[in-house]
Amino acid sequence: MSESIQLRVNGKTISVPSGTIVAAAVAMTGETRFRKSVFGQPRGPLCGMGICMECRVTINGQLHCRSCQTLCEEGMEVRADE
Amino acid sequence: MSQAYDIVIVGAGIVGAACAAECARGGLKTLVLDRGPIGGGTTAAGMGHIVVMDDSEAQFALTHHSRQLWIELRPQLPDDVEYDSCGTLWVAADDEEMAEVQRKQKFYTERGVRVEVLDALGVKKAEPNLRADMAGGLRVVDDAVLYPPCAARFLLEQAKRHGAELRTGVAVRELLSEGGVLLADGSRISSGRSVSATGPWSPALTPGLPVRKRKGHLVITDRHPGFVHHQIVELGYLKSAHSLGKDSVAFNIQPRKTGQMLIGSSRQFDAEDSAVDPAILDRMLQRAIEYLPGLGKLSAIRTWTGHRAATPDKLPIIGPSVMSDRIWLATGHEGLGITTSLGTGRLLADLLLGRPTEIPAAPFAPVRFRNGGSHHE
Repeated sequence: MSESIQLRVNGKTISVPSGTIVAAAVAMTGETRFRKSVFGQPRGPLCGMGICMECRVTINGQLHCRSCQTLCEEGMEVRADE
Repeated sequence: MSQAYDIVIVGAGIVGAACAAECARGGLKTLVLDRGPIGGGTTAAGMGHIVVMDDSEAQFALTHHSRQLWIELRPQLPDDVEYDSCGTLWVAADDEEMAEVQRKQKFYTERGVRVEVLDALGVKKAEPNLRADMAGGLRVVDDAVLYPPCAARFLLEQAKRHGAELRTGVAVRELLSEGGVLLADGSRISSGRSVSATGPWSPALTPGLPVRKRKGHLVITDRHPGFVHHQIVELGYLKSAHSLGKDSVAFNIQPRKTGQMLIGSSRQFDAEDSAVDPAILDRMLQRAIEYLPGLGKLSAIRTWTGHRAATPDKLPIIGPSVMSDRIWLATGHEGLGITTSLGTGRLLADLLLGRPTEIPAAPFAPVRFRNGGSHHE
């Protein structure tokens, strides 16, 4: 678990230990708003177990990925501002 | 003897709603009854594809006329009806299906329907997420999609503006041959005529009617704006939709204004319950993924089912029943009821009011099944 991974969150490069979930990586950047609801309200992680769908982010261009269920990978491009 | 109503329509789905709008507009004192909410039955399980079809001249006449009525109504439709003239793209997977594209193009062009033939490159440009080896396709430019329950509600509001009344949560037990209806609570409502617009449930009110329930599944995805641009239907659809035999699936996908995609289709006879059937759902989604490989990565957020009202000759049943000229029918629309609701309402009102009809009425007349429907199978 000591190996570190570099990825980009909202354009900012960060380094996280391997095994870190994307939701944690986004939180490490200080971001609490992961996405906008249909009506423009801020949304972020709630259940942490893949059920509530509130923590969705865009990963490598793929919309609506559950950040709490996805492990960080080297070079990953995460957008939590869409 | 004076009647409480000129006409009582049973069923507040889109067909009953369209009939009510036309009857009320024609000056008939109209009452609509439904045991459930507006558009809560088959209407809620329709994709809302407004499509011109060419299975027979009669089917073409009704779908084309109906689509024209939708186009005329469009400026009045509220936003929540989500009318979107995205067009239909019939995709051909091979040369055999490409021959069908040519046949359809000729048929539609001869009848004044705007279509464009696309070659393999044209399909790729029109729908980049389709798999790369499509042979071509046919774009039917003026086809559209809408959200059926809100369309039904809008039509009922139109009916009410012309004096119609609506009562939901009222179950009907029987259509009376002397006119009017008997309700489940034992009370009667008198009327000159009644109309059954009860779709797959119509044989319960008019026994012997050759209408069978044909179950279908629908899936809606998360929002992925621009993933598809047309209602895309495989031409193999014709083979599966038209077989009256065993269970079938076909690729049929629709973009919604929200960016969501509605995915169909499945067809099952003798499946009366409304439970989602995982085996056929899996076949349906696998078929969709064969055409749109990227679909497999997206999330489905809801899955549900409904029943179509299938008839032996694949045409709806519109007009006076053979039991009584006081009992009329507007049912049996199978998978085309959202499109054909408006043409049905117009035709029914024309017949009721003795006006000339805008399309030939005979192919839809209930009398064609006087001796049952078996000889059509």
